[in-house]
Amino acid sequence: MAAAVTQGIGATAALSSANSNKFQFTTRRSLSERKGSSFVIRSDGNPRVDLNQHSNRTRQLVTNAVSTKPDSASASTVSKPGHELLLFEALREGLEEEMDRDPHVCVIGEDVGHYGGSYKVTKGLADKYGDLRVLDTPIAENSFTGMAIGAAMTGLRPVVEGMNMGFLLLAFNQISNNCGMLHYTSGGQFKIPVVIRGPGGVGRQLGAEHSQRLESYFQSIPGIQMVACSTAYNAKGLMKAAIRSENPVILFEHVLLYNLKERIPDEEYVLNLEEAEMVRPGEHVTILTYSRMRYHVMQAAKTLVNKGYDPEVIDIRSLKPFDLYTIGNSVKKTHRVIIVEECMRTGGIGASLTASINENFHDYLDAPIVCLSSQDVPTPYAASLEEWTVVQPAQIVAAVEQLCQ
Amino acid sequence: MAFSATTKIIQPMYINSARSPDKSDSCNKILSPSSFLGSNNKLFSISKTISPLSRRSATVVAVSSDVVKKKKVESNPASNLLITKEEGLELYEDMILGRAFEDMCAQMYYRGKMFGFVHLYNGQEAVSTGFIKLLGNRDCVVSTYRDHVHALSKGVPARAVMSELFGKATGCCRGQGGSMHMFSKEHNVLGGFAFIGEGIPVATGAAFTSKYRREALKEDCDDVTLAFFGDGTCNNGQFFECLNMAALWKLPIVFVVENNLWAIGMSHLRATSDPQIWKKGPAFGMPGVHVDGMDVLKVREVAKEAITRARRGEGPTLVECETYRFRGHSLADPDELRDPAEKAHYATRDPITALKKYLMENSLASEAELTAIEKKIEEVVEEAVEFADKSPVPARSQLLENVFADPRGFGIGPDGKYRCEDPKFTEGTAQV
Repeated sequence: MAAAVTQGIGATAALSSANSNKFQFTTRRSLSERKGSSFVIRSDGNPRVDLNQHSNRTRQLVTNAVSTKPDSASASTVSKPGHELLLFEALREGLEEEMDRDPHVCVIGEDVGHYGGSYKVTKGLADKYGDLRVLDTPIAENSFTGMAIGAAMTGLRPVVEGMNMGFLLLAFNQISNNCGMLHYTSGGQFKIPVVIRGPGGVGRQLGAEHSQRLESYFQSIPGIQMVACSTAYNAKGLMKAAIRSENPVILFEHVLLYNLKERIPDEEYVLNLEEAEMVRPGEHVTILTYSRMRYHVMQAAKTLVNKGYDPEVIDIRSLKPFDLYTIGNSVKKTHRVIIVEECMRTGGIGASLTASINENFHDYLDAPIVCLSSQDVPTPYAASLEEWTVVQPAQIVAAVEQLCQ
Repeated sequence: MAFSATTKIIQPMYINSARSPDKSDSCNKILSPSSFLGSNNKLFSISKTISPLSRRSATVVAVSSDVVKKKKVESNPASNLLITKEEGLELYEDMILGRAFEDMCAQMYYRGKMFGFVHLYNGQEAVSTGFIKLLGNRDCVVSTYRDHVHALSKGVPARAVMSELFGKATGCCRGQGGSMHMFSKEHNVLGGFAFIGEGIPVATGAAFTSKYRREALKEDCDDVTLAFFGDGTCNNGQFFECLNMAALWKLPIVFVVENNLWAIGMSHLRATSDPQIWKKGPAFGMPGVHVDGMDVLKVREVAKEAITRARRGEGPTLVECETYRFRGHSLADPDELRDPAEKAHYATRDPITALKKYLMENSLASEAELTAIEKKIEEVVEEAVEFADKSPVPARSQLLENVFADPRGFGIGPDGKYRCEDPKFTEGTAQV
């Protein structure tokens, strides 16, 4: 294997195959020149200057984790013009900014380098940073994930890409035993600041094995955090937050969401890993969702609004741990909950969320929690069958109507 | 002694396919048609030069080290010895520490001071001492569940290891790891792993960091990583996947196989199609070396070469150390399957006895000096037990502390505060 390692730290080379004039990397701003402040934007849209970005080893605790001000409907548009891009480009932007900021950040995965990533999230990065910082691995998920963990223990901050999240089933040994547990079993001596990311979820007729939802399998592993992105805005913010976190974070992307276009801020921003996102405030019913199902829910919400309902839609974003403050406030307001997810019915995120809400907010519920999940069926190839395994907007509308009778 | 294609394969004298104590010179014994399902390959092939691989520059090497024998033959022993007096005493002390510590573990286990799975290293000390004493503080060691002595050789204090085994808060992992998870950031011991093979990728990662520091961060870094594991692990996918990656990227790592012939009750010959593990190195483009793991000086010579190779950036080496564990797989293993004759044979090759003999025959140390070392170690181990006994058990407050490096990972509670800000969090009783 050719090992031409080019040093690219600080260079602001234009991405070689920037495939759109929507995404002009160098002309917008020079990353290497940005020194001082960055902004941490809360889900209510208020920026907070984060001066500790370079000493991210010390954690800052805020006494009130979530602002008490009413949340604005759309967190993704700030007053400044910003720039438009696709979700996968937003992920790349976040990754590139972090790689510029900290030379210990590196990417490890199959076809991430010369090929640019199977979904182009890492396109151009190998040209800029070299083959060592964007490492093309042989097909050995368990071992290269373990390698990333060993590298993290000794000072690097690897971002591991699973070409499809399903492939990470082969890395379960390393993710469960080492990623999740090593910090604890070593008595706190070694930290594992890895990010494990990749596309998952049900796509368009990809077949059962490429359509898996691994969040349900990983959720019991102690010591890891899981987040799911759903918009270009939160994709970039969560990517950056995950990389800066000292904990191992699994970032779930969705195969069908990579080409979502959105306008995102020019200024740097980092989102909060543990917070949920208020998508649409409402009064009648709380709909909790994440990833692709957010779009099915919003489609259903349009229909529901026309029918006179006022649903509150929350994208939970943090699959582990749950943001019980945002969720709880919503439950206390509406008293009715529907969870819409793509996970399987059995043992999915929805199942855990249902248990959690029942435990913590039972008194506030006027009706049992409704959980709409995918059928416990291996995703079929045929389009018609595939459609029926996943929750569709019509089902969501029907469920809300039933619940709000 | 460099590894090259011209190095002849030297046949160890004791060869017999079943590794019995019969020290026959006839090297060509084939396994009799066996009643067990296992490899029919000869264990060691002789007088067959292996041709170098045509496609890669790394040469195929199989070396059985006879450096010690060679040296003895030379005329002036004093100036041609492999070690100096200081080195000899250091090696002796380290091996005695390993042995005395493990013996004390057995005692403490049967007295109910430690629990669970405890795997002792008796008999294999030459491998740990031979390799680890050549390392600097920044070099990393990764081991398996048989990791007490690797930690000790690397410099973790005996009291910290004993405390950990007793499950006390003063243990090297605060009592949270136990026998199979010895970690030390200070001494760069990266564990301690319960599942076999699991540590090899971690070791590969540590070696990757070393290369990354040198080539991407432009730091002055020649840290080397040693990965220790057994014969059973050599049939595991992670082993092969990491041999491939390490050779591919020329990582500064040495894969040390402690072939003690048994994986609990599974004989290496029953589990492996080709039991000569060193051969698997050249298949991936790295030198494969076989060495007598009961002889600390031979191990040390091979280790020197392998570690230097790695430091120079020439890539990994696979070293198969033929060794033996005097005790069962763990303290719970009745050890009924192994042939007593086999055990007796290896008892005669006790590495500590061998080194003692070498030191005295070559006038490197007197009986008195060696006895003084043994006494000193006895005291160290007893002090370790006393320290562990007196140490406190972990308090409840420790329960939740190290789950996350950043405890915000426990999330935000219903009241809007992070769970870790709950005062009960530090008491270990918070709802998380």
